[in-house]
Amino acid sequence: MTVSSTGTPTTRVIGGLALLITGWVVVSAFFITPADSVQGDSVRIMYAHVPTAWIAYLAFVTTAIASGFSVARRHRTLGFDRVAGASAEVGVLFMAMTLITGSLWGRLTWGTFWQWDPRLTTTLFLFVTYVGYLAVRRIDTDPRQRASRSSVIALLAVLEIPLVHFSVVLWRSLHQEASVLNTDGDVRLDGLMLFTLFSGVVAFTLIFVWLVIHRQRLTTLSDLERVVGLDAAITARRAENSAGVTA
Amino acid sequence: MNTIVAVAKKDLRIEWRTRTLLARVVPFALLVLVLFAVALDSEALLLRAAAGLVWMAMLFSTMLVVQRAFDIETSDAAMDSLLACTAQPSRVFYGKALSLFVQLFALAAVLVTAAVVLYGASVNGNRVVLLVTVVVTATGGLATVGTLYGAVVANMTGRDSLLPLLALPVLAPLLIAASRATEAAFGSQTIDLANGWAWVGVLVVYAIVFGSAGAAAFSPLTESDS
Amino acid sequence: MTSVAGDTAIRLADAVVALGGFPALAGASMSVERGELVALRGANGTGKSTLLRLCAGLVPLARGGATVLGVDLADDRVAVRQLVGLLGHRNGLYAELTCRENVAFTAQLVGASPNDVDDALQRLGIDARVAVTRAGALSAGQRRRTALASLIVRRAQLWLLDEPHAGLDTAARNELDVILRDATRSGATVLYTTHEVDRAGLATPRTVTLSGGCVTSDVSSKFGVAQ
Repeated sequence: MTVSSTGTPTTRVIGGLALLITGWVVVSAFFITPADSVQGDSVRIMYAHVPTAWIAYLAFVTTAIASGFSVARRHRTLGFDRVAGASAEVGVLFMAMTLITGSLWGRLTWGTFWQWDPRLTTTLFLFVTYVGYLAVRRIDTDPRQRASRSSVIALLAVLEIPLVHFSVVLWRSLHQEASVLNTDGDVRLDGLMLFTLFSGVVAFTLIFVWLVIHRQRLTTLSDLERVVGLDAAITARRAENSAGVTA
Repeated sequence: MNTIVAVAKKDLRIEWRTRTLLARVVPFALLVLVLFAVALDSEALLLRAAAGLVWMAMLFSTMLVVQRAFDIETSDAAMDSLLACTAQPSRVFYGKALSLFVQLFALAAVLVTAAVVLYGASVNGNRVVLLVTVVVTATGGLATVGTLYGAVVANMTGRDSLLPLLALPVLAPLLIAASRATEAAFGSQTIDLANGWAWVGVLVVYAIVFGSAGAAAFSPLTESDS
Repeated sequence: MTSVAGDTAIRLADAVVALGGFPALAGASMSVERGELVALRGANGTGKSTLLRLCAGLVPLARGGATVLGVDLADDRVAVRQLVGLLGHRNGLYAELTCRENVAFTAQLVGASPNDVDDALQRLGIDARVAVTRAGALSAGQRRRTALASLIVRRAQLWLLDEPHAGLDTAARNELDVILRDATRSGATVLYTTHEVDRAGLATPRTVTLSGGCVTSDVSSKFGVAQ
């Protein structure tokens, strides 16, 4: 069996749409939408930053739900696990982009790359947690064992993240030092800006779906390769009989 | 209950015979406190940071104690026999967590004393009650999360580097809560006693959440060895 | 020999176990009745240890069927772990505890009495001096006996022993044979591996030979060639 691509007509449509809408977002974000009265041109980072953050959180929710289903099915169908892994990989990528675009915007707006704001801090911990999740997935092992281990970690992260968020919020609210933060970054959006932002979210969601489908199929193929390889290996192993290995 | 106590007693007996905690972990933790002092190079800053530094040293030391707790189970595959003897893996979880709790509590007592001696932190009057409560609840959280993630990585290759990567982000809320509450107990200007008790609430919730999650997850975790 | 389904301790049908993509078992089929004493023979790397680990529920079944003590391993390989005792290259002992403490710990977990511990130690010929020695300081043979004592205390229904005779002197080997036969008389099923032809032939009524991850011969000394 030869598989030359993980693409199908559906993924091609999704990919094409994603390209088209991303193109529109780029044009609109840079050339059509106005600069913000307070923030100036730096507001344009928002058109990339908000969608990446949305995708990052969507990815981790997807991973958590898929892991939950995988546990409920006792990892009999590995599809859920593959989706969980694919989604986490894409999520870590988008979370890195969120953190980078966010700190660039912060430098321009607040004058610092980083603020120990609850949202930022939670995002950072979420990022590190899923880097650990991916490290566990990278350990070479039987796919079902991989599913069982990684789902536990994904579900524990669901417990961890609200606790991190809550404690960081409480920490910052009890802090008695004056906040350096004068603007909370909110901007007044006119209709076109809102539409561009919305288009960005749609475009990135399509990119996310496209990446997850392909990544998930790639994992399926590499798991399948193990199975196909096993067939050949069993034949080779049985041939040891006739070679007279017996003591 | 019997299994929990048996497992905890077994772990503590082994610890008592090898004295890993006393001979390696306590010196390591004290060294960390001394190195922090050298790195910060300011007595005012040290006093301000004392609570946080104590709990940072606790977190690092927990990684060592957890690794040791699971090394004794995996080095001769004793964990397989142990789990084969019990119908409820959750009791093995609580047993190991109990033994970790005892060890970490002793370590915390040493480190708090060291903070008083080295960093000039002071505790008096009713702040002692807060301090003891913080140490008990935070150590409970450390013991449950430590046991849980120790079991997660117990059968994995490269577990020495995986344990901190997986466990430390999860321990972040505990670090925040324990540090702030201890600050309050040390009589810091930035946080009052009432807020200190609010953080104890967070620590209690944390220990309960991971205590239950750990017991629930322990069984599927130990199934997946090879 | 007629058999009811409940009397079968182990039933393997074309069982395949893949360890990191390598088929350590490449379609093994065999059946063992309860109370049998069976030797698994074969050169190194023919899949003997893997077969034991499969029966102990420690490695996943990749293909084929495997039922141990009525538990389908394809479905649930955890339930079987409480019923079987696997003694592999590692003994499952705590090096810092004494021989007796190790066995007593097992007894505590399964709710056996201190008398059971003494009985087990006695049956395995572990004397008082050895009993108070740290497991880490015991000889290979003494460690194996300690682990066997734990199996007795646990009342494991199926004993899976990997090379139990290795590293023992002649006297100790003969004693071990007696222990194994005693175990089958008291209802346990024993499956052990060996690469020695003589030992398998003399001490055991049935010898199964593995080669290339498959069962290649199955000889019962009482009933003649079974397969």
